[in-house]
Amino acid sequence: MLWSAMFISLKTASAAIAVTFFLGVAAARFVAGLRRRRWKLALDGLFTLPLVLPPTVAGFFLLYVFGLNRPVGRFFAEWFGFKIAFSWSATVLAAVTASFPLMYRAARGAFEQVDPDLVNAARTLGLSEWRIFWRIVLPTALPGVVAGGVLAFARGMGEFGATAMIAGNIAGRTQTLPLAIYSAVAAGDMETAGGYVAVIAALSFIAVSGINQLLAKEGRAGRRGEPG
Amino acid sequence: MTLEVHIDKRLGRDFSLEISFVLNGGCLGILGASGCGKSLTLKCVAGIERPDCGRIVLDGVVLFDSEKGINLPPQKRGVGYLFQNNALFPRLTAGENIRLAMPKTGDREERAAGLLERFRLGGLDGRLPRQLSGGQQQRVALARMLAANPRIILLDEPFSALDHHLRENMRLRLGELLRLQGDAIMVSHSRDDVYQLCGRLLTLDGGRVLGHGETRAVFHRPGRVEVARLTGCKNISPARVLSERRLLALDWDWELTTEEQIPPGTKFVGIRAHDFAPVREECPGGGNLVEMAVRERSEEPFEWCVVFANARAAPGPDRATLWWKCSKHAVADPPRFLRVDPAAVMPLAE
Repeated sequence: MLWSAMFISLKTASAAIAVTFFLGVAAARFVAGLRRRRWKLALDGLFTLPLVLPPTVAGFFLLYVFGLNRPVGRFFAEWFGFKIAFSWSATVLAAVTASFPLMYRAARGAFEQVDPDLVNAARTLGLSEWRIFWRIVLPTALPGVVAGGVLAFARGMGEFGATAMIAGNIAGRTQTLPLAIYSAVAAGDMETAGGYVAVIAALSFIAVSGINQLLAKEGRAGRRGEPG
Repeated sequence: MTLEVHIDKRLGRDFSLEISFVLNGGCLGILGASGCGKSLTLKCVAGIERPDCGRIVLDGVVLFDSEKGINLPPQKRGVGYLFQNNALFPRLTAGENIRLAMPKTGDREERAAGLLERFRLGGLDGRLPRQLSGGQQQRVALARMLAANPRIILLDEPFSALDHHLRENMRLRLGELLRLQGDAIMVSHSRDDVYQLCGRLLTLDGGRVLGHGETRAVFHRPGRVEVARLTGCKNISPARVLSERRLLALDWDWELTTEEQIPPGTKFVGIRAHDFAPVREECPGGGNLVEMAVRERSEEPFEWCVVFANARAAPGPDRATLWWKCSKHAVADPPRFLRVDPAAVMPLAE
């Protein structure tokens, strides 16, 4: 049981971060490049919402859109024979929703820290906007983006509320570690719950200390070789 | 190369730039205090900032025309820009910084190697910008700019980030480059930089053009108080015109003779601190003579800087001092009198 829940959690978090990373970076690039302040604020608010709302509210919205009797959910079911709600993909959907704001905010902050003159210089050198983004802006902002990615991964792994609502708590299929902990505690099996807790605590700690080390290394590299 | 610039640009509520000039080859210097709009002018030419209205034409290609709605992106302007902080891409090596700007033609490697050699960057190809010294970084930025084959290069305070020693070296290096490359605009607040490197000079104050002309002529005959100040004139006094070639400097109570006829509208007079010559004895008809009452003397490594007043001025509330700078080798101890050649007396309008 332990291995099944841990395996589902890792699979979910990995799939979720793959989606979240690109969505978050794309959204960050889009919002960072907006000129109108009003649009910027509005979109920023919308993209940050899942971070501040209770996960059950996010779960409610997900059910509202992807539920089996809702238009989008029915569309997938009818055309692709693919049920989202209460399947493994729903755990990914919930994890993406919960982790997206972290990725988006970290990436946006990192992009906005990039010296605008780097972009201006690249433009006067004749580089296309696409190339400027991939060769200059993203590499320069990479430490911040990666840090956001690791946080988003950890958040995806810890997702509980929205997952419970849209994916349910089906052992061996949608039961991730946090849900397994809840079930074990509810069943009075503190010993099993303790095992799960130890696993998730260890995984999260490795992730977070991983970024710290990466960022510290960046910081050292940044100072090394500075002209004296 | 011909560059035509006629643009207006407002920034916020308090500042507006109105600038207009034509450059027919060579290096144009734009001299002005910080915040006068000189960097903004370069940014408009490069397409980094968009003017509110006007027209910019480079070699017959319209880069910007507000009436026709033309605003070419920086990528299509063929304008090179050297940023104050060099703006090297921090995650790319020196060589990658240079190669990135080059079209992918067969001779790309050769051209890159040529540029690296020309800017004495051999062996630094694989270094990241943060592993280079300030001077090396600037050389990479110059090489990178030329890698894109610009039609004109824009230099934004090119020496501001360098220390004194490097600054003089880079100035010589850039002088060489300009003799080969030719067409450039250089923005600076340093009169030394523009005097040495720019054939033509435009002075800018508060977003307005003060004057535009051949650099040496502008230094010799600034014509206006602000231009005199920007070109480093230390001594400026309100003046009353007495006759065709005589005026009274009111702050110094000193009658001065000019070489040329004093132009109408003259309200001030300027004398550069280096234009005084020491005189031991009072001699009649010796040009513009002043007896010094020394107030302060400061020593620089190779110069004396003497602050003095006219010893024979009638006492008055608004008497001002004058500055005299001279080489230590030329003058051992201060003389009683100073003389100013009539050609060095600069009548100035407001």
